[in-house]
Amino acid sequence: MNEVNNLERNAAKTAAQKVAQDELDPAMKQALGDFKASVHAWGDAAMGRPRTVTHAVVHHAWRLAVVWAMGAVLLLGGISGGVYVRHRDEVAKQIALKQQQEQQQQLAQQREQQEEKLLANVDSDISRQVPEAMEPLAQLMNEYETQ
Amino acid sequence: MAAGTAVDALTMTSANEPAVDDFARVVESHRPQIFRFLLAATRDIDLAETLTQECFLKAHRNWSGFRGDSSPMTWLMRIAINLQRDHWRNRRLQFWRQATTNSVDLDEASDWLPNGERTAEQHLLAKEKVKQVWRIVEKLSGRQKAIFLLRFVEEMDLSEIAIATGLSEGTVKAHLSRALGRVRAELGEKR
Repeated sequence: MNEVNNLERNAAKTAAQKVAQDELDPAMKQALGDFKASVHAWGDAAMGRPRTVTHAVVHHAWRLAVVWAMGAVLLLGGISGGVYVRHRDEVAKQIALKQQQEQQQQLAQQREQQEEKLLANVDSDISRQVPEAMEPLAQLMNEYETQ
Repeated sequence: MAAGTAVDALTMTSANEPAVDDFARVVESHRPQIFRFLLAATRDIDLAETLTQECFLKAHRNWSGFRGDSSPMTWLMRIAINLQRDHWRNRRLQFWRQATTNSVDLDEASDWLPNGERTAEQHLLAKEKVKQVWRIVEKLSGRQKAIFLLRFVEEMDLSEIAIATGLSEGTVKAHLSRALGRVRAELGEKR
């Protein structure tokens, strides 16, 4: 049964091949036949060739260099980016600290000035409030101070 | 298909599965065809050998699952086509690994034409034609190339090519017609 099926299949195959081959013009058929013969001959020769184990020399030094260079650029970029961000933060912190100190100094100065002013006013107010009997003596003191 | 008929009638077990012992016979009979197809598809002897080995290794692993629905040759050819496709796909993804290929150039590939009973001049002209066919085959898409080689080098019929490529017979016909049209047009132009 298997043999009959095989025979039928082979017959159908041959018929199909014949039809396909007939569709081709002779020159084309010749070219394709030669192509087939050439591939078969090459295949047979390659199959029968002695096999040698050789160390494959892979010429990919420049690719390796490009990969390393890219890696180095990325690494340097990452590091310098980190350093820059850190430096920027530090500078900003220093500026903020300086500004804060200046503000504090200004406030202290203002407070000092206000206190001095207040004290001066208090001194002059107090110094002016003397009993009537001592008025001539106070005037003398003022004159003495102005001199 | 001219080749591969020797093991078409494999010894089948009661479960309709090929006997494991037959695998050695399958390797022996089909190795040249699988290697030749891969050689023509890649033009790289080392790669063709590697892929042939992988093909039979894969076939051996799945041999128990082969139910004999198609011929062993068609089944093996399907594995080979998939391996070759996967190889190129992986290679495209690993473009940084290796720039050089071991592909034989077209002059060398067309040097293998047997002389036959031709004169030296006829032989030279035939070699030139073979080189042209190689050049055209190289320009075909992967699928068209595989179908063209299966049809005109391995002489498989359309139904077998359809099984081996996993395409419908109509699609195979269409691809083959396009490939043939291209070969005809370019050979005709240079004639």
